[in-house]
Amino acid sequence: MSKRVGIEVSIAIAEAVGLARAEVIPAYPITPQTHIVEHLSEMVANGEVDAEFVPVESEHAAMSCCCGSIAAGARTFTSSSSQGLSLMSEILYIPSTMRLPIVMVVANRAMSAPISIWNDHQDIMVQRDIGWIQTFAENGQEAVDLTLHAFRVAEDRNVSLPMIVNIDGFTLSHVIEPIELPDQEEVDKFLPPFKPRYKLDPRRPISMGPVGIPEVYTEAKVAHDKAMKKAKRYILKAWDEFEEIFGRKYNPVESYRTEDAEVLLVTMGSISETAMTAVDAMRDAGQKVGLLRIRLWRPFPGQEFRKAVGKAKVLAVIDRCLPPGALCGPVGAELRSLFYKIPGAPKIFSFVAGLGGRDVTVERFEEIVDKARAFAKKRPRELYEVIGVREK
Amino acid sequence: MANSDAIVGWKTITFGCHILEPGNAANFRTGDWRSQRPVVDKEKCIKCGMCWVFCPDMAYSQDEDGYFVVDLEYCKGCGICAHECPKDAITMVPEEG
Repeated sequence: MSKRVGIEVSIAIAEAVGLARAEVIPAYPITPQTHIVEHLSEMVANGEVDAEFVPVESEHAAMSCCCGSIAAGARTFTSSSSQGLSLMSEILYIPSTMRLPIVMVVANRAMSAPISIWNDHQDIMVQRDIGWIQTFAENGQEAVDLTLHAFRVAEDRNVSLPMIVNIDGFTLSHVIEPIELPDQEEVDKFLPPFKPRYKLDPRRPISMGPVGIPEVYTEAKVAHDKAMKKAKRYILKAWDEFEEIFGRKYNPVESYRTEDAEVLLVTMGSISETAMTAVDAMRDAGQKVGLLRIRLWRPFPGQEFRKAVGKAKVLAVIDRCLPPGALCGPVGAELRSLFYKIPGAPKIFSFVAGLGGRDVTVERFEEIVDKARAFAKKRPRELYEVIGVREK
Repeated sequence: MANSDAIVGWKTITFGCHILEPGNAANFRTGDWRSQRPVVDKEKCIKCGMCWVFCPDMAYSQDEDGYFVVDLEYCKGCGICAHECPKDAITMVPEEG
């Protein structure tokens, strides 16, 4: 039987990776890091996990090593954060078009400058288009569950794409939460051994990573894009199987008190828990407010999102990322694109909040809803608004 | 390299762009874009095989008389053979057209 324990979320993720029987873990624990790979290195050293822990010389090398081990057919895991994730950037595009199902947990953090080790989503938005499947966890339990789910989906031979589970740095990675860790038997039932469609094997030689001349590069990228879109059905299927075994149900888009809502907040990650508290407070005050939380970010679940919006008139989208010079944050842009010229589409207002570890409080969510209502009546001058920024 | 065999659609391109047939580079005329070709002067050649050793594309092979001849299907015209030849028996000649 699985047991519920008080445990740091990073440690719990490491335990989940151990339960998933990861075989190779290349990692370079540069600051800012989490205890995920630190704990995994201890588990490997203690003989609790039968895996190779490869202490490499940089995050660039860590992801390169991941590409090698997954190509050889080993279940591969690594973890990173902010500047380290950016150092991996050159390599991140490679396993996705090559269909190599690495699993990575990213503890989302701000990008320097100024130097910051705190939480927002700017590091992963830099990597938005790397072609990995991406989910966002709200709490520790979900972080553990989505990590197991990631192995199941990525390695599914119908998918065969690398996958990132995003967890908020500090807010999730460094807090102790009550988490139900599944037992080995349940995980083995959910996650069969990794059997790749192709691997580097001297007995059946193939070449991976050849040149893509202009005559084939476009076709290679379109094949990748189609694979991402096709992956959605297997992502959903794996969540259904997860529910059957572990009893917890996951959707691409989570709805909270959206029935008859006029205004919907849209969030990703751990701030959604505060957003739910804010929704409760506003509902108590008689306001028709709800919350949509995007769990599946890539491939973007457009159909599910439109359905979840229902008849709501106003969306207040919160980005934890400020791309200077852009028209709005990446989530705001995605949703504006989704609803462009759709009859009866809600009005979409984009907000930026919670940068570099700044708390987004219940009061801030109330402020956002108030502003969205006001903007629906009188169009704002700017395409997005930064919440809680001081002018003097 | 722009062989018509390589022109595939997104539905037929190999999984992950892998090359599933080992050593299939031999199927492609990699010498197509050569701008100069090596010409061997048999008067000067001492059959030492340095061109064969240094050729990065393994385009040289030995003929019945022991001379080394280049296969222009694969020679990219890099000129390494001409540079390494101890007897200056190889001259790089511009391709015409």
